[in-house]
Amino acid sequence: MECVFGLVGDGFALVAADSSAVNSILVHKSNEDKIMILDSHKLLGASGEAGDRVQFTEYIQKNVHLYEFRNGIPLSTAAAANFTRGELAQALRKSPYSVNILLAGYDKDIGPSLYYIDYIATLHKVDKGAFGYGSFFSLSMMDRHYHSGMSLKEAVDLVDKCIVEIRTRLVVSPPNFVIKIVDKDGAKEYAWRETIKDAEEPTA
Amino acid sequence: MSIFEYNGSAVVAMVGKNCFAIASDRRLGVNLQTIATDFQRIYKIHDKLYIGLSGLATDAQTLYQRLVFRHKLYQLREERDMKPETFASLVSALLYEKRFGPYFCQPVIAGLDDDDVPFICTMDCLGAKELAKDFVVSGTASESLYGVCESMYKPNMESEELFETISQALLSSVDRDCLSGWGGHVLLVTPTEVVERTLKGRMD
Repeated sequence: MECVFGLVGDGFALVAADSSAVNSILVHKSNEDKIMILDSHKLLGASGEAGDRVQFTEYIQKNVHLYEFRNGIPLSTAAAANFTRGELAQALRKSPYSVNILLAGYDKDIGPSLYYIDYIATLHKVDKGAFGYGSFFSLSMMDRHYHSGMSLKEAVDLVDKCIVEIRTRLVVSPPNFVIKIVDKDGAKEYAWRETIKDAEEPTA
Repeated sequence: MSIFEYNGSAVVAMVGKNCFAIASDRRLGVNLQTIATDFQRIYKIHDKLYIGLSGLATDAQTLYQRLVFRHKLYQLREERDMKPETFASLVSALLYEKRFGPYFCQPVIAGLDDDDVPFICTMDCLGAKELAKDFVVSGTASESLYGVCESMYKPNMESEELFETISQALLSSVDRDCLSGWGGHVLLVTPTEVVERTLKGRMD
């Protein structure tokens, strides 16, 4: 029951994702980070089959870095989104990746943007987007409360409302969530919303 | 649900007096969930040639990228734009190339040829061309569209009347189809200008 959702605010874009790694009925861990920091000003929130998710997002991250090393300038968010869509589309009729992606980024000239990329490589620029069973709740909450140009505080309040809704109404709801934002100062982890803390690793 | 109904779409094109209009709905859905209400289905090939792609959105985007590539190469080699009839044959060939693993799209092509005579055609997902002198339709709302266009269409309409007719035809058809709608996008092309308008319809 993976949940990824995101929205665009005033000068920033935000992605929230659940953090449980599940195999059938077993929860492997509850602090899995599903939002990859693609480069200094991009976030890639991914949900889907575990192996595909990690392999595909790392592949995209390495290729984005390679472009920056080769050309000396970073990819724009739109270019990164189209590259991701292209890779998914090429693989679609050979051996498809089952990964749904929300790509958030900040460009100096355009500002914040959010791209919705389906597992069958449908690409669309959106103001708010969500994947998974949680999307039925988070999209409706965002439809009700979202307006363009939200401040960071308003946006995080909205994310919390969505998380409360998912926790109340989704039958096997994930206990923990991570929130990351990207703005002119870069991509960074904003907060965790935890109800279950994993046991501390024993120190030597 | 069929793969053609995964995203939901409605596209229609009509011929007027020395002009044509092409219109589409704006919904992007994933089965019963609506993802976006501003999805672009009609793409410009050159100033006097437009293609509307209904069906699976990812294939529409892939097909559009391939067509733009082929047209740009044609422009470089021939130093002129493609005629609509030629372009229709190109689309048909590209679709039939994938005869045993097709793109799940039904294109609607509309253009003005060198003498500013309007040309419209549609084809199925395998490239079977269907030329028409009056109107062509495609998408999940195609059956409603056939009925409405047949009753509302008159030959040799001027551009403003054509715009009214195609708008009413589109809006009333998508109201009977749950998978398409959320407004409309109409392009009216005459030899001298292109007018792009957005329709506000029932947002449900």
